[in-house]
Amino acid sequence: MSALTSAGLPGPVMVASGCGGTGRELEPYAGPEGLVGLDLVTRSITLDARAGGPGPRVVEVPGGLVNAVGLPNPGLEHFLATELPWLVRAGARVLVSIAGSTMGEYADLARRLSRAPGVAGLEVNVGAPDEVGAGLFEVREPFHSASVIAAVRREFPSDRPVLAKLRPDVSRIVEGARSCHEAGATAVVIGNAVPAAFPDGRAGGLSGPAVAPIALRCVAEVHRALPDLPTVGCGGVHDLRSANAYLDAGASAVQVGTALLHDPTTVARLRAALAPAAGTGPGRRPVPDPRPEENR
Amino acid sequence: MADEREPGRGSVHPSVHVDGEVVATKRVGGYRHLTLTAPGVPERFRAGNFVAVSVEGHVARRALWVHRVRASSAFGPTLDVVVEARGSGTAWLAAQPVGARIAITGPLGRPFALPKDAVSCLLVGEGYAAAPLFPLAERLRERGCAVSLVVSAPDEARLLSALEARRSARSVTVLTADGSVGQRGTVADHADDLVRRSDADVVYAAGPHAVLRSAAAAAERAGAWSQVAVEVPTPCGTGLCHGCPLPVVGEDGVERVVRACAEGPVVRGDRVRWDDL
Ligand SMILES: Cc1cc2nc3c(=O)[nH]c(=O)nc-3n(C[C@H](O)[C@H](O)[C@H](O)COP(=O)(O)OP(=O)(O)OC[C@H]3O[C@@H](n4cnc5c(N)ncnc54)[C@H](O)[C@@H]3O)c2cc1C
Ligand SMILES: Cc1cc2nc3c(=O)[nH]c(=O)nc-3n(C[C@H](O)[C@H](O)[C@H](O)COP(=O)(O)O)c2cc1C
Ligand code: FES
Repeated sequence: MSALTSAGLPGPVMVASGCGGTGRELEPYAGPEGLVGLDLVTRSITLDARAGGPGPRVVEVPGGLVNAVGLPNPGLEHFLATELPWLVRAGARVLVSIAGSTMGEYADLARRLSRAPGVAGLEVNVGAPDEVGAGLFEVREPFHSASVIAAVRREFPSDRPVLAKLRPDVSRIVEGARSCHEAGATAVVIGNAVPAAFPDGRAGGLSGPAVAPIALRCVAEVHRALPDLPTVGCGGVHDLRSANAYLDAGASAVQVGTALLHDPTTVARLRAALAPAAGTGPGRRPVPDPRPEENR
Repeated sequence: MADEREPGRGSVHPSVHVDGEVVATKRVGGYRHLTLTAPGVPERFRAGNFVAVSVEGHVARRALWVHRVRASSAFGPTLDVVVEARGSGTAWLAAQPVGARIAITGPLGRPFALPKDAVSCLLVGEGYAAAPLFPLAERLRERGCAVSLVVSAPDEARLLSALEARRSARSVTVLTADGSVGQRGTVADHADDLVRRSDADVVYAAGPHAVLRSAAAAAERAGAWSQVAVEVPTPCGTGLCHGCPLPVVGEDGVERVVRACAEGPVVRGDRVRWDDL
């Protein structure tokens, strides 16, 4: 069993935060089983509703996208009343991504989500590419993220996973992962969109194939330094080869974001290709990628 | 008016992501008309839906209105799109030869809502964006509605041919900004007059924002409903990324930002906050 499986997450393929709509929009493309058993991280939910930022929110650049969506979401209350129950009914394993402007907000979100039926775990967004612009709690030092994780962990039952989502900053990632681990994170997700700019200079985050080598380097270094800490690779996964690169570097699972925006069936294909062979536990089957020549 | 809520979404008419193929390509004026197979898409189509297509070497999808569907042909069910080559993606699409394979997702978005009764309808479309009004005109005629169609463009090269629509429409008006064919002027110049002459109960508009806005305003002045097909950049087209903000006023009077590709692209004209768009 992989470390993540024993922590209550089968993986190895998950939907990355903010790239699966409300979940509903993904269902037609999720394969024969729909969302059943799919590890889906919601878009980041905040205490209060947010309209999101102005357009253009997402622009294309060679090898990926630059986005500054501004965390549009209906706020915790509305999410609990509508989107979460729908996802649970659809059979998804829901990991709620949370974002706050203060440590207290993160704790509040965790407390209220701990009582909501059907929340399989939390993913703490502490590495957004432009926290200041998005009005989020600013993480400059590893102890900032660690204190958020500790606050969340205190409010959330220890038998359910808390994932720390970190930005793939090669110079700080080992330190950041270690402090989140010590603060109680079950696993670390590496990484978020990379701080970048729109062509007009506005702050945003770069995602897609262009960031894969950066996140891969981070995953490899964290795995080498902290072999007992489960890691989830996130950045540019779009086919079997890019998923396997993370798994080979020691990641227990991968998340798929931008690739879903290009081809909404990506997760279904990867899930099928990486499904644990019956009886042999989770792992990779040496199947060829059904569509190795993705246009991208 | 009009009620066909939530078609194309949820489990009733789920959209599909398929490998399509170009089976015909034809240059018409400044546009390229492509006929494509896309198994499952034509069958689920309703007027006002669009498709998202993949472009080689690009991550973001390109949205295209569905101009026409055929239930059967030598290639099976097909759909037609009209491409105006402007940027990298549309230029690539316009250059695709017969036999080229293109990943297509659709049908997407909320279609035009249809009136329950046989009322008078004015359909106003500009440039390639007039494309979805042709299948709409057919559907409205089937329902016994009196259809007046206005096709406008900056110049003749960017005017969609209204020839085929003459079967479905009671009247067809052609407007070009430069007067190269039809009446001279823009939709804004003629909107009030067009609404009055067609005695419209419902105005449907598709085109640049200025066209939609003037059509919606003219409808409102005349006490008619309006439905506008709004184009904003749609990075995914499938509702997944929240990257296509459309500022509206909800039924409850509350200002909201919705996803153009999922809650639109067709919305009531009086609900759009044009100044914030
Ligand atoms: C619902 C909808 C239906 C459409 N139907 C048609 C159609 O039937 N025929 C047609 O020729 N065009 C149509 N368009 C516009 C077409 O999708 C854009 O012109 C196209 O995306 C621009 O792509 P490009 O690669 O040529 O330009 P580029 O400049 O290379 O595009 C760069 C990026 O900006 C986005 N973008 C730039 N301008 C627009 C725009 N005006 N609208 C949307 N995205 C934009 C592109 O998607 C791409 O991600 C439609 C757009 C929408 C939203
Ligand atoms: C449009 C868009 C919206 C995103 N929204 C969120 C979000 O709400 N919360 C979050 O933690 N990450 C968000 N992300 C980051 C992704 O989850 C992911 O970490 C990043 O894009 C890198 O992976 P990818 O290359 O597979 O997209 C978003 C990314 C994109 C492209
Ligand atoms: S374009 Fe992605 S949600 Fe509308």
